[in-house]
Amino acid sequence: MIAPVPEIRISQTQFQREPKTPDDPRAAKTAPAEPSPIRQYLLSRGNSAIADRGFKILMVLCALSIFAIVGLIAWQLVASSQMTWQKFGIGFFYKTFTNSVTNEPLYWDPVNEQFSALPFIYGTLVSSFLALLIAVPLGVGLAIFLTEMSPRVLRGPLAFLTELLAAIPSVIYGLWAVFVLVPLLRQYVNPLLIGLLGWTGFFTNDNPTGLGFLAGGVILAIMILPIISSLTREVMSAVPHSQREAVLALGATRWEMISMGVLRNARIGIVGAIILGLGRALGETMAVTMVIGNTPEIHRSLLSNGSSMAAVIANEFTEAVNDVHRTALIEIGLALFIVTIIVNGLAQILVWAVTRGTPSQVR
Amino acid sequence: MGAENFKSRIRTITDGAVTVLAILATVLVVLPLVVIFGYLVYKGASSLNLAFFTEIPKPEGENGGGMANAIVGSAVLLGISSAIGVPIGIGGGIFLAEYGRGTKLANAVRFTADVLNGVPSIVMGLAAYALIVSPHIGFLPFVGHFSAFSGGVALGIMMIPTVCRTTEEMLLMVPHAVREAALGLGVPAWRSVLSITVKTASPGIITGCMLAFARVAGETAPLLFTALGNSFMSTSLDRPIEALPLQIYVYALSPYDDQHRLAWAGALVLISLIVVAVSLVRYVTSRGVLKGAS
Repeated sequence: MIAPVPEIRISQTQFQREPKTPDDPRAAKTAPAEPSPIRQYLLSRGNSAIADRGFKILMVLCALSIFAIVGLIAWQLVASSQMTWQKFGIGFFYKTFTNSVTNEPLYWDPVNEQFSALPFIYGTLVSSFLALLIAVPLGVGLAIFLTEMSPRVLRGPLAFLTELLAAIPSVIYGLWAVFVLVPLLRQYVNPLLIGLLGWTGFFTNDNPTGLGFLAGGVILAIMILPIISSLTREVMSAVPHSQREAVLALGATRWEMISMGVLRNARIGIVGAIILGLGRALGETMAVTMVIGNTPEIHRSLLSNGSSMAAVIANEFTEAVNDVHRTALIEIGLALFIVTIIVNGLAQILVWAVTRGTPSQVR
Repeated sequence: MGAENFKSRIRTITDGAVTVLAILATVLVVLPLVVIFGYLVYKGASSLNLAFFTEIPKPEGENGGGMANAIVGSAVLLGISSAIGVPIGIGGGIFLAEYGRGTKLANAVRFTADVLNGVPSIVMGLAAYALIVSPHIGFLPFVGHFSAFSGGVALGIMMIPTVCRTTEEMLLMVPHAVREAALGLGVPAWRSVLSITVKTASPGIITGCMLAFARVAGETAPLLFTALGNSFMSTSLDRPIEALPLQIYVYALSPYDDQHRLAWAGALVLISLIVVAVSLVRYVTSRGVLKGAS
C-alpha cells in the first residue's frame, strides 16, 4: 500500500505551487488544497496506480501470449512427432522404399509402417509453383491496371471484388472446383493439353478423372491471386509520384514509365508479395485435398493424381492406423509449420523494406 | 524515314500491348469470382428451403433433411473462439498501439502476429489435437477426446493475429490530442485507454473482429480432428460437434445428389454471412471510422 502516497502528494504540491505566483489574482482566492471535481471524483473511486499497473501488465500478457502460442504449437508438434523422428530420422524427407513384390517405388505404406514424406513434398511444390506460374502474371497485371491505368470509378469496386475473392472459404473453392472446374478440365482443357503438349511428358493421357496436380494448381492460383495483387498494389502505390513524373518528363510512354519508374522501385516488395502468396499456397488444405486426387505417388505428368503435405494430413489423420502413422503425419505438419514460418517471415521483411518510411504507412 | 520512326512505333505498340494485357489480366481475375458467385447463388438458392434450417441430416441415401445441427454447431464453435480470440487480440492490439509504440518488443510481437497469421490452418488443427485431444489427463475437463471445446480453441487462436493487428491500426488512427485531453483531466491511464481511445476506435475494432470472425467461420481444416463432426444436434462443449464448413466438405465428396444439394445450400449460407461481414468492414473503413476525430 505504498503506491497511493506519491500519487496524492504530487497532486497536492501542484495545487500548492499555484498560489505562490504573486501576480495571479485567481490563485489567492481559490482554496489551496481543492482538487478539481473530476480529480475528486476519480480519487473517490479508489487507487488508480494499482489499476494502471495491473492493466498494463494484462495488456503485455496478451501481447506475450502470441509468442507463447507460436512456442506452444512448435513444442507440441515436436513432442508429438518424436516416434517418427526416432524411427526414420532426417531420411523421412528424402528416402524411398521399394515394393518387395512388384519392385516398384513405394513411399507411403501405413500397414507395414513404412513412411516417406517425399511424394507429399513433391505434390506441394508442384501444385504451388503451378499456382504461382498462373497467379503472378495475373496478379501483377491486375495491380498495374488498378494503380496506373484504371479509371477512378472502377478502382474501388475492383479492389472490393478481389478482397471478396480472398474472403471466400477454402472449402467453397473446393466445392466449386469439384463440380465445375474438374469437369471443365476433364472435358476440354486436358485433351487440348495432351494434344498440343503431350510430347513434353508433362501431360499424359492416363488419368481420365480430371483430378490431379493441374486442378490443384489452378484452384490454388485463384486463391492466392488476391494476396499477390493487393500487396503488389500496396507496394506500387508506395512508390513516390516524383519517380513517375521524372520518367514521363523524359518522354517515356506509359509502359516505360511503369517498368522503369514503378516496377523497378517496387521490385523487392513485389517479390515479397509473391513469396507471401507462396506461403499461403504451401499450407492451403481443403480445396487442394478435394481436387488433387490423394495418391501418394510421384509422377512427371501434371495431369496425374498426387497428394500434398496438407492434403495427406487432412485425409488420413482421423483414420490413422497406428501410432507411427499418426506421428508421421504430425511430422509432416511440423515441416509445413517450419517452412511456412520461414517463407512468411522472409516475405514480411521484404514487403516491409519497401513500404517502410513511405507517406502512406506513416500514421 | 528510318530507324527513329521505327523505334517510336515499336514503343507505341509495346505500350498498347501492355495496356491490353493488363486489362486482360483484370478480366481473368474478375471472371472466376463472378462465375463462382453466380454458380453458387444459382445452385444454392434452388436448394435452400425451410427444412435446411430446421432439420438435422437424414440417413445417407434418403432425401430431405437439413443442416440445423451444423448451424447450431458453428454458432457454438464461433462463440468459444470469439471468447478466446477477441479479448486476447484486442489486448495485444492495445499493447502495440498504447504501451509498446516503437519498442523492440512491440516490433517482435507485430512480426510474430503476422507470421502466426500465415501458419496453415491444418497445422493449427494438429496443434490443438496434440494439446487438447490426445493427452489423457483425468481431472481436466474437455481433455482427452474430440470435443467442441478443442475446435473452438483452434479457431480462437486463428482469430488472435487478425484482431490484434486491426485493433492496433485503428488505435493508431486516434489522434494524440484526445489521449492528452483525457490525461490532462486526471483520468487514470487505463481508464483513458478503455473509455477514450478504445471507445473512439470501437467501430473499427468491431469490424476487425467481424473480419476475423468471418475468416474462421469458413475454416474446415482445423476442425477435422478437433470438433470432428456429429450428425445429431449437440450443444455440449464436451462432445464432438458439427460445423457448416465441415458438413459442406463431407457432403461435397459424397456420392448422393441430395447431399450435394445440401452442400450448395450450406455454401450459400456461409458465403452470405461472409459477404455481409466483408462489405460492412469495407463500408466502415472507407467512410473513415474516425472522421470527426481526425
